[in-house]
Amino acid sequence: MKRESLINLILLGLLVGFPVWAMFSDEPFFITLATKAAILAIAGVGLNLVIGQGGLVSFGHASFFGLGGYSMGILASHAQTYEPLVLGPLVIDGSQSMPIIWLVAMGVSAVAALLIGALSLRTSGVYFIMITLAFGQMFYYFTISWSAYGGEDGLSIYVRNTFPGLNTLDPIQFFMIVFVLLLLVLGFCARLRGSSFGLALNAARQSSERVKTVGIEPFRIQLAAFVLSGMITGLAGALFADLNRFVSPSMFSWQISGEIMVFVIMGGVARLCGPVVGAMLFIVLEHVLGGLSEFWHIYLGFLLLLIVLFARGGIVGLLAGREKAHE
Amino acid sequence: MTMTTALLAEQVLNGIQFGIMLFLMAAGLTLVFGVMGLINLAHGSLFMIGAFAAAAVAGATGSFAIALVAALAAAAAAGALMEILVLRRLYTRDHLDQVLATFALILIFSEGTRAVFGSFPLFLNIPDALSGTIILPGGIQYSLYRLSLIGIGLLVAFGLYLLITKTRLGIQVRAGENDREMIAALGVDISKLYTIVFALGAALAGLAGALVGAIQSVQVGMGEPVLILAFVVIVIGGIGSIKGAFVGSILVGLTDTLGGIFLPMFFDVFMDKSAAASAGSALASMSIYILMAVVLIVRPSGLFGART
Repeated sequence: MKRESLINLILLGLLVGFPVWAMFSDEPFFITLATKAAILAIAGVGLNLVIGQGGLVSFGHASFFGLGGYSMGILASHAQTYEPLVLGPLVIDGSQSMPIIWLVAMGVSAVAALLIGALSLRTSGVYFIMITLAFGQMFYYFTISWSAYGGEDGLSIYVRNTFPGLNTLDPIQFFMIVFVLLLLVLGFCARLRGSSFGLALNAARQSSERVKTVGIEPFRIQLAAFVLSGMITGLAGALFADLNRFVSPSMFSWQISGEIMVFVIMGGVARLCGPVVGAMLFIVLEHVLGGLSEFWHIYLGFLLLLIVLFARGGIVGLLAGREKAHE
Repeated sequence: MTMTTALLAEQVLNGIQFGIMLFLMAAGLTLVFGVMGLINLAHGSLFMIGAFAAAAVAGATGSFAIALVAALAAAAAAGALMEILVLRRLYTRDHLDQVLATFALILIFSEGTRAVFGSFPLFLNIPDALSGTIILPGGIQYSLYRLSLIGIGLLVAFGLYLLITKTRLGIQVRAGENDREMIAALGVDISKLYTIVFALGAALAGLAGALVGAIQSVQVGMGEPVLILAFVVIVIGGIGSIKGAFVGSILVGLTDTLGGIFLPMFFDVFMDKSAAASAGSALASMSIYILMAVVLIVRPSGLFGART
């Protein structure tokens, strides 16, 4: 376990060191790359909670990523036009304040995760995969056919949202906001693992019968984990939308769900920082292979196949060795 | 009034046609899942391979029949290759590994196809003999090609039924669904059986791709939306059940097609025109998922799934 902690520290050091170096060498593009990696890492940490700890293979986390994105897009677009958002009797002002947007994104994702989770956790295994995938696709088609917020074309936000006391338009300051959020999310997940909730979630994955015998309902534990996981990925979606200043239905696409899953597995399932190294590697591959060939996804595909067939445990698994049964 | 009846009849037929094509996809998926316990996301790639093979061969030979044969052969070969090289290593692995490996296969097949054929869509023409419309009893005009798709699909479904219930291979498939170790112990060459089942499912997907390719454009990424709909079908019908796949396909096909036409008309009754069109199409886009949710609430293991 010690070795893994050391590796985690080095990884996070690399993730924060690289953009700082880029700032001093005046390479703002690399800061943006690092920011993207950190945001995707947050999305992966969210998914890792259900896949790694809970053993629930969700192929629908793009739902929450997209809902987070659209929460940002809708709030910011109403703030941009000074038209309040009217929901029946409710009149809500738009907002360009990041903390408010984050809260809304997490709230919306929590409600969606509660509904999707309550339905899909009635089943398990391969059904769960197919159902979460289907709900992601539902949001995708819904946003395409819903013309109020750009439909298929998406929605542009012209100015990045604000954070009190900071200039979010400065790449390194925006990166630091994202990085601190990543640390907070990682800290939360680390504490969760040691908590009785985390232990119950792990136990429900290994043997739901035994968990039932000691009087814990696995469904409730798993649903709670699914909601927390959705909230974290929703937060990442809001940040991702802010990074691009753009949201579109493609945030809900099944490819996004697949890619978030790729970070988790490439990095190492159930490892605390697995999604972080996975997201970093993904961005590096995208940048390096994408520069070599237009069809870089082919190489990514072969790499993934090799990882699945021969390197189970992902990169953290390779570096830190097998996880011990007793941590 | 006759206008609406004609429209209704046409849309019902469209829904059935769409459902039948979904069935060709779902049947292969559910067979593979039932027999090998494998979830194959790359089944959509086989659909795409069928469509591309058909479009390329039809372009070269001008014959739709040869194109169909090519689609079947290409998809079956790709499926068998996929099974032998990659998937058979995954039968004993957990679903997460299967999902990731088959996701990797999608990337390879999609980008590989893009590298060979380019990013522009190909076109596959409806054969002359099947173009135009036909007058059905009751004076309803309907596309002859779409009607032929329904016919072909029903024939395939019937053939599949005979294959599963009446042949030796069918007995082995059904036995394999119940107890894999036992049929291996009884001397059935299980790895050959798996490859055959997989190639059969792949051929059905390729056939669907080729047939649908003539009424929509043939392009990279065409398979995955159909794959996800086929998943919805399987969730509704129950895993491993061909009958469930058939009923689920028709239900999904009808719900999607009729919802897209009639929900905007329904909202039109009490909303202004543009709001009705927008709300109607937004709700219609969700209708099959709502259907799936209802089935999950009422029967979590699907309409024809084994109750656990």
